[in-house]
Amino acid sequence: MKLTYPHMGNLYIVVRALLTSLGLDLVLPPPTSRRTAELGVRYSPEFACFPFKLNLGNYLEAEELGADTILMAGGVGPCRFGYYAQVQREILRDLGVDMEMVVLEPPDVGYRELTDKVRYLVGDCSWWRVVKSIRFAWQKALALDNVERELLYLRPRVLEPNSLEKRYRTAVEEIDAAPDSRAISRAVQEFFKTSRRMPQRQGRFLRVGLVGEIFTVLEPFANYDLERRLGRLGVQVERSIWLSAWINDHLFGGLLRVKGGLKHADRLASPYLNSFVGGHGRETVGGAVACALQDCDGVIQVAPLTCMPEIVAHSVLPSVSRDYGIPTLTLYLDEQSGEAGIQTRLEAFVDLMAARRRKGKGGMLDGSFSGY
Amino acid sequence: MDLFLGIDVGSVSTNLVLIDDRGDLYLNPLYLRTQGQPVAAIKKGLRMLQEILAPQDRICGVGTTGSARSLAGVLVGADIVKNEITAHAVSALREVPDVRTILEIGGQDSKIIILRDGVVVDFAMNTVCAAGTGSFLDQQAFRLNLSIEEFGRIALEADNPVRIAGRCTVFAESDMIHKQQMGHSLPNIVAGLCEALVRNYLNNVGKGKEIHSPVVFQGGVAASAGIRVAFQKALNMDILVPKHFNVMGAYGAALLSRDWITERGAETRFRGFEVVSCDFRPRSFICKGCPNACEVVEIRQDGAVLARWGDRCGRWGVADEKVEDAALSCSHPLR
Ligand code: SF4
Repeated sequence: MKLTYPHMGNLYIVVRALLTSLGLDLVLPPPTSRRTAELGVRYSPEFACFPFKLNLGNYLEAEELGADTILMAGGVGPCRFGYYAQVQREILRDLGVDMEMVVLEPPDVGYRELTDKVRYLVGDCSWWRVVKSIRFAWQKALALDNVERELLYLRPRVLEPNSLEKRYRTAVEEIDAAPDSRAISRAVQEFFKTSRRMPQRQGRFLRVGLVGEIFTVLEPFANYDLERRLGRLGVQVERSIWLSAWINDHLFGGLLRVKGGLKHADRLASPYLNSFVGGHGRETVGGAVACALQDCDGVIQVAPLTCMPEIVAHSVLPSVSRDYGIPTLTLYLDEQSGEAGIQTRLEAFVDLMAARRRKGKGGMLDGSFSGY
Repeated sequence: MDLFLGIDVGSVSTNLVLIDDRGDLYLNPLYLRTQGQPVAAIKKGLRMLQEILAPQDRICGVGTTGSARSLAGVLVGADIVKNEITAHAVSALREVPDVRTILEIGGQDSKIIILRDGVVVDFAMNTVCAAGTGSFLDQQAFRLNLSIEEFGRIALEADNPVRIAGRCTVFAESDMIHKQQMGHSLPNIVAGLCEALVRNYLNNVGKGKEIHSPVVFQGGVAASAGIRVAFQKALNMDILVPKHFNVMGAYGAALLSRDWITERGAETRFRGFEVVSCDFRPRSFICKGCPNACEVVEIRQDGAVLARWGDRCGRWGVADEKVEDAALSCSHPLR
C-alpha cells in the first residue's frame, strides 16, 4: 500500500511524521503548483471550491509517482467539505484512476469509525505505538507553528526578507527530517537564534489579523502567498488559525491548552453568530473579534470563492467592524483570481490601515522609516 | 522649474502628468493608448515630454501607478510606486478636499472609494464582472457606430430610456440587441445602457457602501454625459467631475512623489530621459529550480537584467542595489 494525502501548507510534515512512524509507506504529491491546479480544475465541477480542485490535482500528481491509496478527511455540517472525498472518489473512478480512498471522519462523529479506519491502515501495530507516533507528530506540529509565528513576526522587520525565508525553509526541512524530539527542538532553536540576529529595522509595524477558511489560510498556493505579500509590505500578520490548535480541537477534542483554540473563537463570535454555520464561519467571526481585541489595525478574511460558511461570516463582519472600529477586507480566491488584483487590494488596504493609524494616534508613526 | 512626474500605466491607457512643487498641473497631461505594450507607451510618453520641456525644467521626483506600476517604476526609476486606489484618492482629495465618495470607472477596472475626514475608510474594485467598465462602453459605442463622445451625448436626448438587463457584459449586450430589434430609438437604448451600467456598478462594486456626497466621478468614463446623468439619477446626488478626470491616477502618483521627496529632502531616483533610447525586453519563463514552478518575469535593459518578479524563493533576485531600492519603495506605502 502506497499512501498519499492532499497538501495543506505544512500539514504534510505532521502527517508524514505520524504515518511513517507507524511504519506506513508514503508517496507525497509534489508541492501544489500551477500544474496541480490545472489538473484539478480540468476534472472538477466548475463550481466546486478551490481546495477541492487542488486536492484532486494532488491525488493525480501523487498517482503519477506511484501512490495507490488516498487518505482524506471527512466532515460534518453544512460545509461541502463533508462530501469532498465521496465526489473525488467518483471523479477518480470515472477517470479510470485506480486509487483507493480511505476517509477519516472526524471523531465528533464517533471514535469507533475512526479507530476502525486506523486499524485498517496500520494493521497489527500496537496502540501504544500509535499513541507514541501521535505524540511525535504533535511535537512537529508545535515546532512548525513556532517557526512560522516567528517568520510572520520578523518578515516585515528584517532588511533581507529573502534570506529570512531561506532560513525558514531550512528550518522546516530540518523539522521534517528530524528523527526524534531532540532534533526537532534543535531545528527550532537554531532558527530562532540565527533569524533574530538578522539586521532589522525599528519602528511600529502595522498588524493585520488573518482569518477565514482553514485551507485558504494555511495553503500559500491557494492564497497567492498572501502572508509573504503582506510581510513585504511591512505588515505583521497575526494568523487566527494554527495547525496545532486545529489538530487539538478536532482530533484531541480540545483537551490540550494551545493558543487560539476553537472554544475561545466561538465565545467571541457569539454576539454576532450563534449557530454552527459549517466550515470555519464561526471561527472567522470570532477570530476577527479577537484581532480587534488584540489591537490589530485590520482584518483580512480569505475564503474560496462560493464558500458558504465564509459568505455567512462575511455578511456579519461589517457589524464587527462597526462595533470595534476595525477595517476588514474579504478576498474570495480561486484559480481565476488575478494576482495583480490581489496585490492592488492588499496595497490599498495597507495604505488604509496606515492612514487610520496616523489619524487616530497622531504622529506616533513619524520618522523616516517607521516600518511599513 | 522643479517638476514632479506621475505615470499611470493601465491596460488601456498610459497617462503622464507633470506638476510643480505647489501641486498644480504643469503643461497638459499626456493621454496615450497602451495597446498592450506598456514599455513602448512609457517610452513614447517620455519622448513627448522631453520635446516639450524647457532646458531649465528639472524632474525632481517620479511616481508610478496603474496595473503596470512596478514595471514602469523600474524602467524610469520611480521614487514611489503606488496602487491605483490610493493614487486616485490622493488626487481626488486635492481637487475636492471634503470628498466622501469616489466613483472611478476606467478601461478594465472600476472602483469605489469611501473617505471620511480625508481618510480612505473603505474601497472596492470590480471582481466578478466587467460590465461596469469603459471597455464595455467602447465596445457598444463601436457596435452602434458612435464615437464615445457621441455615445454619451445621445443618451441625454432620451425621453424614455429602455430597461436593459445588465448583470454582466454578455447579458447586457444580448438584451440590448433584442431591444434594438424591437424598434426602440437609439437615444432611449443608449440611455438605457448607461443606466444599466450604473446599476451594475452600484450593485457589484458599490454594494453595501454608504455613498455620501460630495461624490467625485473620475476615470475615462466620466467623459460620458450619459453615465454622469445616470449616476445623478440613481444616487439622487450631485456628481462632481474634476477637470482632469481621466488622468487622476497619474496626478495622484505625481502628488505622492512630490510629498515623498519633499518630506525627506531626498534625491530622485529618476533615471533621466535617456531611458527612451534604451532597449528594454521583458520576458517570462517557468523556473525549474524546484516543484513550485514559479513563473518569473524578467526585464532586461540592453541585455543586462534590470529586474525580476514572481519567484517565491528569492532565487531570482537581482543583487543590484538600485533595483532593490526600487523594489522596496514599491512595497512601502504612503506614510
Ligand atoms: S523561483 Fe524558487 S520557488 Fe520558484 S520554482 Fe524556482 S526555485 Fe522554486
